[in-house]
Amino acid sequence: MAKEKERKDDRPVETKTWRAMYRTMVKIRLFETLAGEYFAAGQIPGFIHLSIGQEGSSVGVCSCLRPDDYVATTHRGHGHMIAKGADVKRMAAELFGKATGYCRGKGGSMHIADFSIGILGANGVVAGGLPLIVGAGLSIKLRRTDQVAVVFFGDGAANRGPVHEAMNLASIWKLPVLFVIENNQYASTTPQSYSCAIGDLCQRAAAYNMPGYGVDGNDVLAVRETAARAVAEARAGQGPSLIENKTYRVRGHFEGDPQKYRDAAEVQRWQAENDPLRRFEDFLRRRGVLTAKKIRRIEEEVRAELDAAVAFAKESPFPRPEEALEDLFV
Amino acid sequence: MSDRLLTASAALAEALIEEMTRDERIFILGEDLTAHAGIFGQFKGIPEKFPGRILDTPISETCIAGCGVGAALTGMRPIVDFHFSDFVTCGMDELCNQAAKIRYMFGGQVKLPLVVWCPDGAGLRAAAQHSQSLEAWFVHTPGLKVVVPSEAADVKGLMKASIRDDNPVMFFQHKRLFRREGPVPDDPDFVIPLGKAAVKREGRDVSLFTYGSGYFLCQEAAAELAREGIEAEIVDLRTLKPLDFETVAASLRKTYRAVIVHEACLTGGFGAELAARIQAELFDFLDAPVLRVAAKDVPIPFSPPLEDFVLPRAADVVAAARSVCNR
Repeated sequence: MAKEKERKDDRPVETKTWRAMYRTMVKIRLFETLAGEYFAAGQIPGFIHLSIGQEGSSVGVCSCLRPDDYVATTHRGHGHMIAKGADVKRMAAELFGKATGYCRGKGGSMHIADFSIGILGANGVVAGGLPLIVGAGLSIKLRRTDQVAVVFFGDGAANRGPVHEAMNLASIWKLPVLFVIENNQYASTTPQSYSCAIGDLCQRAAAYNMPGYGVDGNDVLAVRETAARAVAEARAGQGPSLIENKTYRVRGHFEGDPQKYRDAAEVQRWQAENDPLRRFEDFLRRRGVLTAKKIRRIEEEVRAELDAAVAFAKESPFPRPEEALEDLFV
Repeated sequence: MSDRLLTASAALAEALIEEMTRDERIFILGEDLTAHAGIFGQFKGIPEKFPGRILDTPISETCIAGCGVGAALTGMRPIVDFHFSDFVTCGMDELCNQAAKIRYMFGGQVKLPLVVWCPDGAGLRAAAQHSQSLEAWFVHTPGLKVVVPSEAADVKGLMKASIRDDNPVMFFQHKRLFRREGPVPDDPDFVIPLGKAAVKREGRDVSLFTYGSGYFLCQEAAAELAREGIEAEIVDLRTLKPLDFETVAASLRKTYRAVIVHEACLTGGFGAELAARIQAELFDFLDAPVLRVAAKDVPIPFSPPLEDFVLPRAADVVAAARSVCNR
């Protein structure tokens, strides 16, 4: 880690971008924390999957994207939504099941989308986003634009059949697609070391004749650097890439997960030594991009924005029951 | 405009060519499409006329279906060729969890103009995994439209409507009927709206409700019944979802007797759904139980005498019609 920090300290300062990335990471962390609290308090129905500890991946990748680029996300998708620029008010309202939510209360946490900023949706089916993103990539190619299409998926999804079909098809057609594995080391209760025949999932790229990058996913700038390269290649018509962001799922698979499959000490060690938000904060302070005072201000501003989002969600009405019959067909 | 005789296959190709000419967002995606213009020759003329808009894929039904969904969500109007309808099992998540639900679960944010073309049906000695009629699975999945044409003109008119529809449409076309000819209007604006049944033979004694290959059994049966003095009315449903129940009701209010005919196996088939609705909504217009004629509840077997025994025949329709007419 020390060696890597040294190397990173050499990079040219991108003050504005880094500050914005930091703010987004804070926003995701706080959104997830609040979602966990309101879920525990029984105010959010159903079940939710939080991405705390994985902010480096979502923000690092999405910092390279334009509003017209596409993202397909997962059941653990709040971070990707926020990193791509989604409105936290409408997200919060959707989690609370309200009529003002992104999906008017029909989707909930696992099915949020914002097509106006290229988010093709969270997905309740593990690996469900991969075939869809290949279609988005094909659409880009047929329409001859320079957009890119990014799909996030986990180490659990990586073992599903659609991943193979999607990566092969994207490669033979040289589609502008980024396959981003967030290897958070657990597929629900099952460790990646048990479920995958190889340790480094990025090696699978070789089978599809595309570049594969293994990245410290909790180093947001390392993620950004790799994603920037893959995005540039995709925009230039050079085809897809596979990025494996190695990270860690700090919370349970779902909120309320008893987590009998791992030691609390393992979780604490990751939080203490490898928290992507803390690492980026330390780096930015060392580089003089942020001061303690500025950090405090960002935290306060984000807190105010999210408090307003929660208030909006709470005050919003539930949908009328009959609205369950709307939105099926055009 | 005059009618010409076209095969069902040519009617399909004509619909596609007209629509692809009209709208450049339309493209076709599937396995083995360009070498022989589709494995049944159903896309004759399209590879030459629209290079780059009819795309060969690897054998990857999951991804082909998902690719159609993703392209439809991002500004294109894809037509996915499923090779054999039996292979929909390999794309069920993409069809039923993704295509069918995306618009709804995202609160109506987006349109999903996708046509999934599924060549289906038995009678070609293709056995259990290449002969099924699976339309009922998709009727049972809210969010999908389900179209099952019978005659060549229906193929053309319904395909054009399916392509123009902004929702996912499952389009089942019977393999054994590809070469069957029928009159087709020579009119590029000939479109049959989805959700519109057709009364193809008028009769006062019994209503035969059918679709797809069942239509031809009913035609044959109606001729036989007429010789016995029973005038059957044939209602070709054409679209199972949305269903034109008004036309069903109008026919039944005239005949008071119903037989439902389809090639798919009996149990849990579309006939069960239609019979349930008829008894619930039209009980006072029934002079006899609603009967169903369908395939027997086994996979389609290979050997000719076995397959022929399993599939419904015109004689079965005749017998059912006689029975409800107390003859």
